[in-house]
Amino acid sequence: MTPKLLEIKDLSAGIAEGGKEIIKHLNLTINAGETHAIMGPNGAGKSTLSYVLTGKPDYIVTGGSMYFCGHDLTALKPEERAALGIFLSMQAPVEIPGVSTQNFLKHSVNAVRKYNNLPELDAAEFLKLLRSKAKEFEVSTDMLKREINVGFSGGEKKRMEILQLSLLQPKLAILDEADSGLDIDALKIVANGVNQWHTADNALLIITHHLDLLRQIKPDFVHIYADGHIIKTGDMTLAEELETSGYKNYLEASI
Amino acid sequence: MVSRPKIEDLGGDKYKYGFTTDIEADMVPCGLSEDIIRLISAKKNEPEWLLERRLKAYRHWLTMSEPHWAKLKYDAVDFQKLSYYAAPKQKIHPQSLKDVDEKLLETYNKLGIPLKEQEALAGVVAVDAVFDSVSVATTYRAKLAEQGIIFCSISEAVQNHPDLVQKYLGSVVPYTDNFYACLNSAVFTDGSFVYIPKGVKAPMELSTYFRINAQNTGQFERTLIVAEDDSYVSYLEGCTAPQRDENQLHAAIVEIVVMNNAEVKYSTVQNWYPGDKDGNGGVYNFVTKRAACRGINSKISWTQVETGSAVTWKYPSCILQGDNSVGEFYSVAITNNRQQADTGTKMIHLGKNTRSKIISKGISAGFSNQTYRGLVDIAVGAKNARNYSQCDSLLIGSTCGSHTVPYIRNRNKSAVLEHEATTSKISAEQLFYCQQRGIKEEEAVGLIVNGFCKEVMQKLPMEFAIEAGKLINISLEGSVG
Repeated sequence: MTPKLLEIKDLSAGIAEGGKEIIKHLNLTINAGETHAIMGPNGAGKSTLSYVLTGKPDYIVTGGSMYFCGHDLTALKPEERAALGIFLSMQAPVEIPGVSTQNFLKHSVNAVRKYNNLPELDAAEFLKLLRSKAKEFEVSTDMLKREINVGFSGGEKKRMEILQLSLLQPKLAILDEADSGLDIDALKIVANGVNQWHTADNALLIITHHLDLLRQIKPDFVHIYADGHIIKTGDMTLAEELETSGYKNYLEASI
Repeated sequence: MVSRPKIEDLGGDKYKYGFTTDIEADMVPCGLSEDIIRLISAKKNEPEWLLERRLKAYRHWLTMSEPHWAKLKYDAVDFQKLSYYAAPKQKIHPQSLKDVDEKLLETYNKLGIPLKEQEALAGVVAVDAVFDSVSVATTYRAKLAEQGIIFCSISEAVQNHPDLVQKYLGSVVPYTDNFYACLNSAVFTDGSFVYIPKGVKAPMELSTYFRINAQNTGQFERTLIVAEDDSYVSYLEGCTAPQRDENQLHAAIVEIVVMNNAEVKYSTVQNWYPGDKDGNGGVYNFVTKRAACRGINSKISWTQVETGSAVTWKYPSCILQGDNSVGEFYSVAITNNRQQADTGTKMIHLGKNTRSKIISKGISAGFSNQTYRGLVDIAVGAKNARNYSQCDSLLIGSTCGSHTVPYIRNRNKSAVLEHEATTSKISAEQLFYCQQRGIKEEEAVGLIVNGFCKEVMQKLPMEFAIEAGKLINISLEGSVG
């Protein structure tokens, strides 16, 4: 039996301020080794799902449950969820002026190691690890010295996110439009990075509008997500079908 | 979802130096009058000329009124309710370190300032320890004297080097300068005196550590540094005070004279008690610091890290009189809870080719308010003067305030002046990004703040910089919710 990584049951959640409900009675189980893709029209609440799973303070769970490796996620702070192995590659990674990329990554890696009772890496050990990863993702030494995400191009930001995925080795990676704004070469770097990390012990949740990334990462399941929950689940053929005929048929059917 | 405490519930109340030393003090009665000044002067066995200067300052002070132009709100100080002199009672006047009262040594140990001398000189700092109104110990004096460097309390300098004191005291900050400086000139008690002879580079950092202990006391210290031609000294100043419910007054003067080709680096880590999270207690820090670059090619560099005090009013300034002289001001000011700071610098360009640089980083959190106030003044004769100013503000939360008030007065067309200012805020998005990568919220704030003021921190002497970095993190504890 494959171990369950994430189990979402009848989950409802919304915006903390004002209480507008965005996720409505969502069910989703992700097992180790699997790749799930979520597709759906704009405004369906796909990004909200990624924020609720990672504990962004602007959102509040109003019903149901979500468990990750047996832990009740609602009881954990964002950094605890991260340290347990949930990684979110953000749609628009925020700029943090004054903090060098290298320094940020060192703090991040060591914070996660510390939480998991692993010895922290010293400067030399970390640098060695970082250099090998940087090469893999075609990230220059100069870029590592720059302030994190400050003035990075869209492609640079996404490559940096996947570099972090590779450094932190999470159990579940959520990629929120990791493919937006990427040219063909950058997309290949991102896809290769993800595929290299992905094993039978971890899992992937991809939020996307496009097939390009899915063709390279090959999901086991494709879900159509609308109005705060999954209305249809299929495989890659469902994604291919969506590309030609759009969401219209499924949206009408679900009403 | 995890419930998030509100910013106001998290006010940091973690001042580490809030303890009191239980030592009997010799205090003069509260109140200010010519008699009190005569009493202080007599206690210090001062020469007639100094008493005359004090009385002259006092008479002038009576005609002045407290300035209110700063963006600060505080209860008026009742100058008659303060004691102007408090000295720990010691059995004998300490001639060497072994005579210093155990309780005082213990106090400084607790503050992390061991008053002892080591054989090896690598990485050591000579310390003048000022406790309330008197200097209780000065280390490494003999070692420094070998090179002709004088490092002692100002009281001793008055006795042993009266010519130097008479010549330079009040020559940079005259007693008429401002209300608090005038008060200081009348009642100053102790502080440090540094004299670096011609051609000498001080072999170690010199430092003064100020501690206010006694209740209802004002500390009016006076520091005078003279750097003769071709000399160099790096000087550090640290300050703390016990946690008390009532406000304490600290009104100091620091004067620096820099001659031809000489350089003085003056670094401060100001950590006076900031008051509690509701704004009760804390030190009023009304300080006049000024350096005169009198010689050609002389240089003064002020670096300050201001984390303490309930109210700060302080503008370390540079008078760039000598041609080609250079003035620098690097400042990090942090206010949290109900703290208020109005701080900045004045760069007065008089000589030709004089250059100045201002880097000010202000960080406000909680319900605090902070103002950068600076003056760049180019005189008629200051041909080819240059100034670069950069004032950056960082806000944490939405209940604090930050203000920038740069004054520029230029009377020479050849001057080149640049001013840059930014205001940014630590956003919820940035904190979440850090947390999503495993970094706790407070560590994230520390990371962002330390990155924000890196440029200034790099100017501090190494060991000081590490301490100051930690201090910044402590000062901001509980600043995010």
